[in-house]
Amino acid sequence: MTPKRYTRTAIGLHWLMALLLIGTFGVGLYMTGLKLSPFKLKIYSWHKWAGVAAFLLVFLRLAWRAGHRPPPLVAGLPRWQEIAAHGLHHLLYLLMIAIPLSGWLMSSAKGFQTVWFGVLPLPDLLAKNAELGDLLQTVHVWLNYGFAALLAAHVAAALKHHVVDRDDTLTRMLPLLEKNR
Amino acid sequence: MFKRHPATRSTRSRTLLSAALAAVCLGAAGSATAVEFGQVQAEKSTLTFVSKQMGVAVDGKFRKFATTLAFDPAKPTQGSARLDLDMASIDAGSKDANDEVVGKAWFNVKEHPQASFVSTSVKALGGDRYEAAGKLTIKGKVQDVKAPFTFRQDGGNGIFDGYFTLKRLDFAIGDGAWSDTSAVANEVQIKFHVVAAARK
Ligand code: HEM
Ligand code: HEM
Repeated sequence: MTPKRYTRTAIGLHWLMALLLIGTFGVGLYMTGLKLSPFKLKIYSWHKWAGVAAFLLVFLRLAWRAGHRPPPLVAGLPRWQEIAAHGLHHLLYLLMIAIPLSGWLMSSAKGFQTVWFGVLPLPDLLAKNAELGDLLQTVHVWLNYGFAALLAAHVAAALKHHVVDRDDTLTRMLPLLEKNR
Repeated sequence: MFKRHPATRSTRSRTLLSAALAAVCLGAAGSATAVEFGQVQAEKSTLTFVSKQMGVAVDGKFRKFATTLAFDPAKPTQGSARLDLDMASIDAGSKDANDEVVGKAWFNVKEHPQASFVSTSVKALGGDRYEAAGKLTIKGKVQDVKAPFTFRQDGGNGIFDGYFTLKRLDFAIGDGAWSDTSAVANEVQIKFHVVAAARK
């Protein structure tokens, strides 16, 4: 029989990454407005380190997903909702890769190498180039706005299924609800 | 190659030795063949530095600096050098950083538009390696520094490459909140590359 719930690992990774990404997003918005200070340098570094952690986690998550197919969507959905749900999930995965990648490339182009937690240097895939750095910054920012919009739709859909449709969409992604199986 | 006859080798080294001796004697006598390098080619010379921010090396440079030097490899100890830096020409790696470092906490360029290095002595370290000692003045503070460098000749030009490390807090560069060395390290490496033609 096909499972109705996500695996515990998939659930764990979903919520761990949700926290990490929303946190990194919030820090990103907050930090850019700061006046230059040692604190600003530190918080920028933490933003980058958290973003790189998310970048690594998304590949782990996709690898797990490849070996453990997610359960089919709850039964009885209209066709357009199935397409929208799958499309949205794929776009979210795409952005989980594209956003940190654009951040990494932006840092290289601006001449600040990313050294993960001050220990592991990521290679600079681009040479220093101020205009390209500014362009990639714009790309990073717009990808983030896109991400915020998609996430709002994602969360709204999850809540709508739970509150209005009263189906299992949300519960099967929630931890510690094994008995609902 | 390795089996060269021992006699050949010693003859050769004896010739070399006498040539060297002759050169030294001539040098001491103030030979006309000695060349002094002193016509600095500003557009070929660079003054760069590497600072560390959050453990990440960031390159910077000074776009404008004037070098005066006199160096004869045959008489290195008589060499001398002077560098005058236009502090407003600093490029610390990004626009944000450039706006910041000219300010009071960093170089205070308004009150201290210039920094300088004036050599007090030069010594030979063997081979093409030398060391210049001198006084470095930044932001009105003076420190003794020693800068090892190499010298090589390329056609009619002499090329000097060297570096030294300074502690920025010794000069109160980045004081106040910026004295936090976990954000910006205290050590800053300065690298110079000076090209000077022979004086005629
Ligand atoms: C998935 C992870 C990431 C998220 C959600 C994220 C999000 C954000 C957000 C929301 C901003 C503020 C944009 C603005 O309104 O100005 C920002 C800025 C920035 N991000 Fe990220 N980011 C992530 C990963 C990274 C990575 C991996 C790096 C670098 C290695 C990075 C480097 C930067 C930098 C340098 C800025 C500031 C640009 C500026 O100076 O304005 N980000 N990020
Ligand atoms: C940064 C935040 C988030 C990201 C990137 C994200 C991404 C994703 C992705 C890619 C999936 C598809 C999993 C798969 O099939 O492989 C998913 C599923 C799900 N997410 Fe999120 N999510 C986030 C936050 C949230 C939040 C805050 C909620 C709750 C309100 C939520 C509720 C769900 C639910 C219920 C599912 C399962 C949908 C189904 O039944 O197939 N997610 N999420």
